[in-house]
Amino acid sequence: MSFLEVSDLRVEFPTSDGLVKAVDGVTFAVERGETLAIVGESGSGKTVTNLALMGLLSKRGSRISGSAIMKGDAGNLELIDLADVQMRKIRGKNIAMIFQDPMSSLHPYYTIGDQIIEAHQVHNEVDIEVSTARAIELLEMVGIPDAANRLKAFPHQFSGGMRQRVMIAMALVNSPELLIADEPTTALDVTVQAQILKLLRELQSELKMAIILITHDLGVVAGAADRVNVMYAGKIVESAPVGGLYANPLMPYTHGLLASIPRMDRGHGKRLSAIAGQPPSLIALPAGCAFAPRCTFTERVAGGPDRCKSAMPALTEHTPGHFARCHLEGATL
Amino acid sequence: MINYLARRIAISIAILFAVSFAVYLIFAILPFDPAALTCGKSCNDPGIIEANRKRLGYDLPIWTQYLVFLKGLFLGRTFGEGAATIFCPAPSFGYSFQEHACVTNSILEALPVTLSLAIGALVLWLIMGVGLGIVAARYRGRAADTGSTIFVLIGTSLPTFLTGLLLLVFVVVKWRILPYPSGNYTPLFENPLEWLNTMILPWITLAFAYAALYTRFVRNAVIETLSEDFIRTARAKGLSEKVVLRKHTLRAALAPLTTMAGLDFAGLLGGAILTEAVFNLPGLGRLSLGAVVDFDLPIIVATTILAATIVIFMNLLVDVLYAFIDPRVRVAA
Repeated sequence: MSFLEVSDLRVEFPTSDGLVKAVDGVTFAVERGETLAIVGESGSGKTVTNLALMGLLSKRGSRISGSAIMKGDAGNLELIDLADVQMRKIRGKNIAMIFQDPMSSLHPYYTIGDQIIEAHQVHNEVDIEVSTARAIELLEMVGIPDAANRLKAFPHQFSGGMRQRVMIAMALVNSPELLIADEPTTALDVTVQAQILKLLRELQSELKMAIILITHDLGVVAGAADRVNVMYAGKIVESAPVGGLYANPLMPYTHGLLASIPRMDRGHGKRLSAIAGQPPSLIALPAGCAFAPRCTFTERVAGGPDRCKSAMPALTEHTPGHFARCHLEGATL
Repeated sequence: MINYLARRIAISIAILFAVSFAVYLIFAILPFDPAALTCGKSCNDPGIIEANRKRLGYDLPIWTQYLVFLKGLFLGRTFGEGAATIFCPAPSFGYSFQEHACVTNSILEALPVTLSLAIGALVLWLIMGVGLGIVAARYRGRAADTGSTIFVLIGTSLPTFLTGLLLLVFVVVKWRILPYPSGNYTPLFENPLEWLNTMILPWITLAFAYAALYTRFVRNAVIETLSEDFIRTARAKGLSEKVVLRKHTLRAALAPLTTMAGLDFAGLLGGAILTEAVFNLPGLGRLSLGAVVDFDLPIIVATTILAATIVIFMNLLVDVLYAFIDPRVRVAA
């Protein structure tokens, strides 16, 4: 059994316009020391999936079903219906999270020392000196120079990249088994992105934690992840080891995403390709494949576009470890 | 910080001179003869008028009058000669013929009344507004929130004179809980119970209107802050909802309240005219109102300059306070 096994996770938000199916039957597993990337555009359900794992979705505003079992230091835990009190003990200790925008994710009124020490104090009954030492240790680990003095600095006195390092230090202060990184580099400069991803990689091999990396940037995924889940309209549409996905995408959506990455070697004067159309509304999803209305490959499907629009393809394994949800059934795109 | 303060104080003083001169110009601009006004509306004895003109210095050019006025502020001023000499010690704002008193004395008599009214009301409305606002935000969409919305609606729609009159009708006239306002003011240190009896209804009247505004403001600020990224970070640390609300949310949500409360308080110190009129309180509001009705120019000038001074000083105080609350402002300053 894997370290984290999520099966048939569903998250629905009742709204006045109807039921929004944000996550629609998602199943995946993550091992310790492994990085799983979840890729998809805004509204594909990648962030909601992870907020559900963290128990950070409002119980009043959402309906969550399915299962997510974490086999960790705290024993086997079903994360989906854990009581609030228990979830709080795990959150920040066994599972930690870093967020997209380090500018707004740190409290502007407290020093970074206060904030990191607080994260340590919640889960450890130790003197403040012990937590302070731990905070300094972590800040050094994430590469912040003069850590002992920087504890007294406020978030606005750091650059974006340095703030994200502070966020990472804060997330790792209790040595979590699972780190959920929600678009950790989206708000950063490209050079800083590379530094942060490298840092995460190094820390992972040191601490043997599992990482779920949420991103919409396949460029980030290539160097940082072991496995990739591509999500579309609340469902996983393709799941593969990083190499396999880039070499041979099996789902037209993935193909479209890869084609829309700007490349230096594409040649001068060529237009960047984009996937036509808009993601579907999560309230009234089409009966068949949610991507069918935007798909340019439906003519090649046995049974034609009508089959795509009427029947939802299953997530099937085409080569070992490479799953895709498409009626094309493993044809090269 | 010291530099910043020195600069701010210098600017404030410059503004005060400008305001005082602008106000003083009413002696020259208004189509009244200030000397004629000194002996009442129905008086037309040219002898008295000319004598008073000379006594009060209204025969001098406006510039000279202003300089004499300024000099009086710092050194005190003597009006008239011989047996009819009146000396108003510094800071002298002039002499009021309607009140037959140095203006400074009239103001010093009225100021404690308005101070008591404003401070008591401020404390009351802050407790009510902040408390109700937090409860409404915390239980958003539930009964407590609806209740607070109704309170806000009533509080913002009822004008203070109506609230005051209703309180008088029920508490004083019908239920006879409190005696009818005598028009006198008993200082706190002379008879605390009497003081409380006089002030309690005016406090409630004023606080009711402001508390409604503050409830709405605090509710919105807390709800907005709760959706901030740094609150999600706080929850992700595993902090309890109580700590998230008290330590992380309120600090950020209530900071802007400093500005609001400071300026509202300053506004009230200029005189809560309606409330003072309804409850017959001999405060600055009633003094100004009387002065406007009787064209008592020296008092109008003095109360206006006083109100401007208070507003400018409170602005400065609020900005300095804000620097202590928000570290980002501290560095920028």
